Amino acid sequence: MARPKAEQPEQSAPPMVHTGARVRRNEDPRLLRGRGRYVDDIPLEGCVHGAFLRSTVARGRIVALDTTEAEQLPGVLAVYTCENIGGLDREMPLLIPHPCISHGRTQRPLARDDVYYVGQAIAFVVAVDRYVAEDAVSRISVDIEPLPVEVDMERAVDDGAPLVHPDVPGNIAAALVQNCGDADAAFARAEHRTKIRVQVDRSTGAPMECLATAARWDPVSGELVVWDGTQAPIGLRGALASLFELDEDKVRVIAPDVGGGFGPKIHFPYANEVLVPLAAMELGRPVKYIEDRSENFVHMSHERTQIHEIELAATKDGEVIGLRDVFLHDTGAFIPYGIAVAQVASTAIAGPYRIPNIEVEFRCVYTPTVPVTPYRGCGRPQANFALERAMDQLAEELGLDRFEIRRRNLIADDEFPYKREGLIFADGLPVTYDSGQYGAALALLEEELDLPAFRAEQEQARAEGRWLGLGLSFYVEGTGLGPYEGGRVRIHPITGKVYVNTGLTTQGQGHATSMAQLVADQLGVAVDDVIVVEGDTGVFDWGVATFASRAMVVSGSAIHKAAVKARERVLEIAANMLEVDQADIVLENGAATVRGTGTSVPLAAIATVSNPLRYAFNDAAQIATQFAPANKGDGPPLPEESRPGIQTEEYYSPPHATWAYGVHAAIVEVDPVSYDLQVKRYVIVHDCGKMINPMIVEGQIAGGVASGMGGAFYEKLEYEANGNLRNASFMEFLMPYATEVPHMEMHHLETPTPLNPIGAKGAGEAGTIPVAAVIASGIQDALAPEGIGPLWHVPLNPSVLHDAVREARSR
Amino acid sequence: MKPSRFEYVLPRSIEEAVAARVEHADTVVLSGGQSLVPTLNFRLSNPEAVIDLRLVPGLDDVRVEGEWIHVGGRTRQRDLELDDAVHAANPLIRETLHHVAHPVIRNRGTVGGSIAHADPSAELPCLLLCLDGEVVAHGPSGARTIDAQDLFEFILSTTLEPDEILTEVRFPVLPERTGWCFTEFARRHGDFALAGVAATLTLADDGTIAWGQLAACGVTTTPVRLVAVEDALLDDAADPSRFREIAALAADVVTVPDDESCSSAYRRDLLVGLVERALRTSWQRATERATARTSREVTS
Amino acid sequence: MTSSTYRSPVNDDPTLDISLVVNGRPVEASVSPRLLLSDFLRHHLGLTGTHVGCEHGVCGACTVHIDGRAARSCLTLAVQLDGATVRTVEDLEGPDGSLSPVQAAFRDCHGLQCGFCTPGFLMSVTALLDEDPDVADASDAEIRERIAGNLCRCTGYQGIVAATRQAAETLRDAKEQADGTTQG
Repeated sequence: MARPKAEQPEQSAPPMVHTGARVRRNEDPRLLRGRGRYVDDIPLEGCVHGAFLRSTVARGRIVALDTTEAEQLPGVLAVYTCENIGGLDREMPLLIPHPCISHGRTQRPLARDDVYYVGQAIAFVVAVDRYVAEDAVSRISVDIEPLPVEVDMERAVDDGAPLVHPDVPGNIAAALVQNCGDADAAFARAEHRTKIRVQVDRSTGAPMECLATAARWDPVSGELVVWDGTQAPIGLRGALASLFELDEDKVRVIAPDVGGGFGPKIHFPYANEVLVPLAAMELGRPVKYIEDRSENFVHMSHERTQIHEIELAATKDGEVIGLRDVFLHDTGAFIPYGIAVAQVASTAIAGPYRIPNIEVEFRCVYTPTVPVTPYRGCGRPQANFALERAMDQLAEELGLDRFEIRRRNLIADDEFPYKREGLIFADGLPVTYDSGQYGAALALLEEELDLPAFRAEQEQARAEGRWLGLGLSFYVEGTGLGPYEGGRVRIHPITGKVYVNTGLTTQGQGHATSMAQLVADQLGVAVDDVIVVEGDTGVFDWGVATFASRAMVVSGSAIHKAAVKARERVLEIAANMLEVDQADIVLENGAATVRGTGTSVPLAAIATVSNPLRYAFNDAAQIATQFAPANKGDGPPLPEESRPGIQTEEYYSPPHATWAYGVHAAIVEVDPVSYDLQVKRYVIVHDCGKMINPMIVEGQIAGGVASGMGGAFYEKLEYEANGNLRNASFMEFLMPYATEVPHMEMHHLETPTPLNPIGAKGAGEAGTIPVAAVIASGIQDALAPEGIGPLWHVPLNPSVLHDAVREARSR
Repeated sequence: MKPSRFEYVLPRSIEEAVAARVEHADTVVLSGGQSLVPTLNFRLSNPEAVIDLRLVPGLDDVRVEGEWIHVGGRTRQRDLELDDAVHAANPLIRETLHHVAHPVIRNRGTVGGSIAHADPSAELPCLLLCLDGEVVAHGPSGARTIDAQDLFEFILSTTLEPDEILTEVRFPVLPERTGWCFTEFARRHGDFALAGVAATLTLADDGTIAWGQLAACGVTTTPVRLVAVEDALLDDAADPSRFREIAALAADVVTVPDDESCSSAYRRDLLVGLVERALRTSWQRATERATARTSREVTS
Repeated sequence: MTSSTYRSPVNDDPTLDISLVVNGRPVEASVSPRLLLSDFLRHHLGLTGTHVGCEHGVCGACTVHIDGRAARSCLTLAVQLDGATVRTVEDLEGPDGSLSPVQAAFRDCHGLQCGFCTPGFLMSVTALLDEDPDVADASDAEIRERIAGNLCRCTGYQGIVAATRQAAETLRDAKEQADGTTQG
């Protein structure tokens, strides 16, 4: 007799043993033993190697290009220029078109006639090894007639400024105004207005592994296999199939281990991503291109330069009723990724504050520099810096405490979902904050900081002439954008291990562990018995890519749904095998066990039985063959509308982005001789909804803060007036060592999102977003006794601080 | 970033090494390789021949003899740093080496290599200049000794002839009643300094300042002696209460122009601050050493 | 143990013969003088655990041990290694295949994410702890100074600092236990 459904305990969710736990990573043992498989580690018999000739001129006309001497060098197999790459000599796709892009320009794989930035690829050499390929590059003679350039974004939009593209007036690629509420009315009734101008300078993702592509063409099967250090193998597969006019089925793109991504590994196709496959097909041998560090600085996309003029309209009590922001966004010489960075910045501009009336306007400006696409944070660090420095300024002008002014404006818990009608986010949908406890986060931060103790310490320090200060910044992050991702779960009949596939890639985020945790709980198996395989279009090719802090939100949700379905199927079959109700079955330790008894059947057997067999290829398989007792019955071995084995596939498409948030504070001291920064405490309150693996979440935050420290005080790409990048090396681009990154104290809130079944929000970029504002705010506070001017331009550095103090003292 | 093709020469004696210098039009000397190999990898240097000194005997001897510490040119920086006899003879050496890049680089980098490379921001040339050290160079007509004062010419340029090889570096033993300090500021730990100062300060028997020796790196085209500061220290009235104004005399040596991340005004003030810090530390250590010595004499 | 012979493929560059010991195994090779040790290990010996991150000595991803000391393999020519002993990340695990204390600590403390800088860190930290077992008692700032010289873009170093301390403690405990046993 069937029991009513509601009484069946097994119909409810299984206990969460692994989900939410600090599980050590499945991927580590291999990586720790030096058995990673990055593109350059893949052994390809007979492989030859590529190198590029790159422009040393920012904007110029190629008046002569002679590759003869290079071609004649022994060991050289091919030299490609725009003249001999056939159909590839075309402008590459504009990946995210937006109606506001009036003058979209993208580059060709190899320059034709003109060069637009230092580093642009002009020729591609393939030789027996990289040494010879570089020898050949140095034997190509190229004559470039320099044209006038303007690398300063503000001057680039002036009348008469040199144009990057002659047919793009004012160097403006795109312009957009967005409105929420009625900013004009808010400013008209404002009791106080604060307007500041802030600037964030150019930086780069600098993953430890530079770009890398390898390709092999199989003339027998007609299959092109491409190994690429990309965040988007499915998208790249689509691009290659269409550029080479191959069936998608005949192009397989694999992102093996990837040594960090941080955004720029999703600007496809880079020149190497099309020329390496071309060479492999033409030469009939595997080809590799491993970008070196000096190339990475002038080839892989950059991000960050924006100049904001932000104005707040407030009541005298500090309630911000309106915001206007007008900013310029430097998109470099091309705009391959559309307006994503500027759009994300513009929609993040009001942060965690109620601010009901917003007008935000931006222009994307071409400059003769490396193209700009998203890098960890994607416009949010800039918008956040503008907003949070403006909030500090408003507090100062109104005589309010920096905590207090934030407290008065934070969106309250009962106001969620909080919609900003009129602001369209990068997913094409209006900004809607789904959930949060902003006030609680700020209160927790204040408590952890022990503000009274700090105030006393600061007073003491000031009495001693020391520069001690506190800075803080709130931030929000729209994460987990669509359109969708998928997940497939399959139980292997021989080993009982669980295989999970998704269309994403991982560059260190630990998917092989956190995704496995979700599945392990549903199926009652150990986390290391769940094997996650992703980043291979030959395995799973429905999906989008890894970006926008979306992997756990979107793929995680899809995988969770697939695991729930797999669990249902397991229980159904196990109930038959064990001849008990599903409600009496517990899935644990890789088996289905009858509750309260020792009777159980392993997952492998359940998987085996679920697949009707003719041949008993091993002992276990006997139970699934046609004459086995389990297969008594009249119908077909595989019932209508069922499928063999335990394999489920589900998709998740978020209704809109889910908004993570947090608040960081730092206690900083500035050295009176060197003006160096010492971060004495760095305190984080962070909320990314349900944490699947807090250890991994904390790793993501810490890494984000480290890049944020770079952007606040160390890392700046310095373009000279002629368009040359002055500091294109790790000697001069100051990526922080451990000594330049503070110890971080982390505290979590977990406000689940209602938008997905696992309650998770993204965590990948969060750490980066507030750091520049925290550090600038802290240093400003530290140097307040000197009466220095405002710090509205990052990265800061000791010289800037020195000069600010000197100027204040001379006033 | 792969080196271009070169001929590799592996001499077994200094004479063979010098002969290779003479024979090839364009040679570089490979000692530890920590500065050279990056320039080869970037193809900033494309020499006809690379002369590897690793089999030339005697180039890594370190010995303290009388008033001098003799350091073979190929001595690894790390070995010199860890040498307790050297440290006892002149503690400024270890303190300076702690600021040279990172231990992994010092494991391979050599003392002579760094000095011959003559990076104006590097610590070891500054140390040599501060201490009035000297180097021995071997050329076709044999060995000659060059005072540190006469060695450094310009950015990455010395008075070594193209056919000479630096074989030995000599640092004086630190005199009695002398304090020392090396201090610098770099943007990141282990980077080349924006400014750095090596200092010694020697006290007279009455505890007053007899003289000081100071050199700076990172501030001009070569390491530079801070002569104005040294002159002021010779003044009878020089004492710690005047260190700030004496240090300010260092500012004029700065010639590195403004750049985007470091104004020359900042660099001048930084140098002055470092000089003051170096003077104070040296004074304190000199006083401690003088006191310790006095008490030892009393005890014995 | 039999030695292996490799030949440099660097085009038609003249080659030199070298013999060295890599991970306890004798190796005879014929290499172009300009071949970097990092490329020799990776592409000639197939020891791809040693990674190449910058080829100018700043990032430390290529760190190996040469004659017992940590060194940048990208700043060393393979020909300089004639007669030398080299150890790479592939040799860190125990004879039974277990992770070394440093490797295990990196896993326990989430000291790695993408894994690209990891072999360099493991080699630097292993050498550091060989030289100085007192790191276990060092302050956070001191540990940071000791591991500066290797860049990581993923972890923010927090897990690496913790792993370094944990490994130092493990090694010290093991040593104390061994000393105790000897004395007993």
